[in-house]
Amino acid sequence: MDDIIQLFITFFIVGFVSFGGGYSMIPLMQTEIVTRHQWLTLEQFTDVVAISGMSPGPIAVNMAVSIGYMHMELPGAIIATIGIVLPSLICVILLAIFYKVMKNNKYWNNALYGIRAIVTGFIVLSAIIFIRNNSMISTGSWYTISQIAIFAGSLAAIVYFKKHPVYVICISGLVGVALYS
Amino acid sequence: MRASKEINSFWKKGLESSLFQIFITFLKISPVSFGGGYALIPVIEKEVVDRKKWLSAKEISDVFSLAQSAPGAIALNSAIFIGYRLKGGLGAIIALLGILIPTFFIMIVFSVAFIYMKDIPKVEAAFMSIRTTVLALIVYAAMKMGKKALVDIPTIALAAMTVLIMYFFNHMIHPIVLIAGGGVVGISIYLLRTLKGEHRPYKQANSPSQDNYSDYMI
Repeated sequence: MDDIIQLFITFFIVGFVSFGGGYSMIPLMQTEIVTRHQWLTLEQFTDVVAISGMSPGPIAVNMAVSIGYMHMELPGAIIATIGIVLPSLICVILLAIFYKVMKNNKYWNNALYGIRAIVTGFIVLSAIIFIRNNSMISTGSWYTISQIAIFAGSLAAIVYFKKHPVYVICISGLVGVALYS
Repeated sequence: MRASKEINSFWKKGLESSLFQIFITFLKISPVSFGGGYALIPVIEKEVVDRKKWLSAKEISDVFSLAQSAPGAIALNSAIFIGYRLKGGLGAIIALLGILIPTFFIMIVFSVAFIYMKDIPKVEAAFMSIRTTVLALIVYAAMKMGKKALVDIPTIALAAMTVLIMYFFNHMIHPIVLIAGGGVVGISIYLLRTLKGEHRPYKQANSPSQDNYSDYMI
């Protein structure tokens, strides 16, 4: 019971500060889930990020579902999901009620100006953590070269060729099977 | 007496079917968000404005701009806001459930499948490549967010400090403190600029184009 309350509180906090959503929340989630509560190992956590990116829906919510499920099965998944969406529900309804006041509120807009910069830093940090966790640039040279090629190919496919992320992930999976198995 | 009762039940029926319609509308939209919110914003707009005529084009752009200033994914926030505008608190919850339920079950299936299949050598090999592609997606998210957020020297400095602080003092400072600090610094910079008489508003991506929203869900 204590555990499930912890689960709820953790995702509730993450939900409250998930400005910019998605990948910006990876450092926060990792601090809470891997370092503090040790619900998942670093490797499991990295895999959760990968499968969350492959599924429909917001990545932060997907991660809540998956981490909740891996930690406490279905009840955990439901509690974690409620935890992460409840702050959105509360904040959007509050903003809707005070809509006229909030719409052009200079203080709130300027607070967001600062918060967005911090969030950008979080996303950059996510990338650094991801590279470190997967030791992508340490082992054998052929492996490193192939990883760099996959990275460059994926980024080019998304940025320049405007391919859908799911499409790129599927192709990448096939490349992985061809290269590493 | 009877007439008023009939009107009453008719009105109730209308209310119920409308809640049901909100639920179904968002339920249908939800699985489209595969791999991110790229497709979702125009789909919501088309459903809610063109087909259901629940909101005008002006109102929907307000919805999206407000959804951006609340925490959480923009697609969820838009659904909550639209539900709230139509049917109050209950409508907000119904819309949220509609957009959440399909992705919830898909994600459960993905998690279960992953738990059972992760030790198969071919799946392991696929994930060695997929993880790198996820890294590319994160870098892409950083590029998009950076384009929007890093508009001047103070914001670039804030972002750089965040990376350094979080990397080296991860155990001492909770990320929430940094987010709150970012808000305070943002307001302070605004007040300083006003004091100095600089009425230079920072550049903000206000025009609702599809591009602005995509980075909120990937």
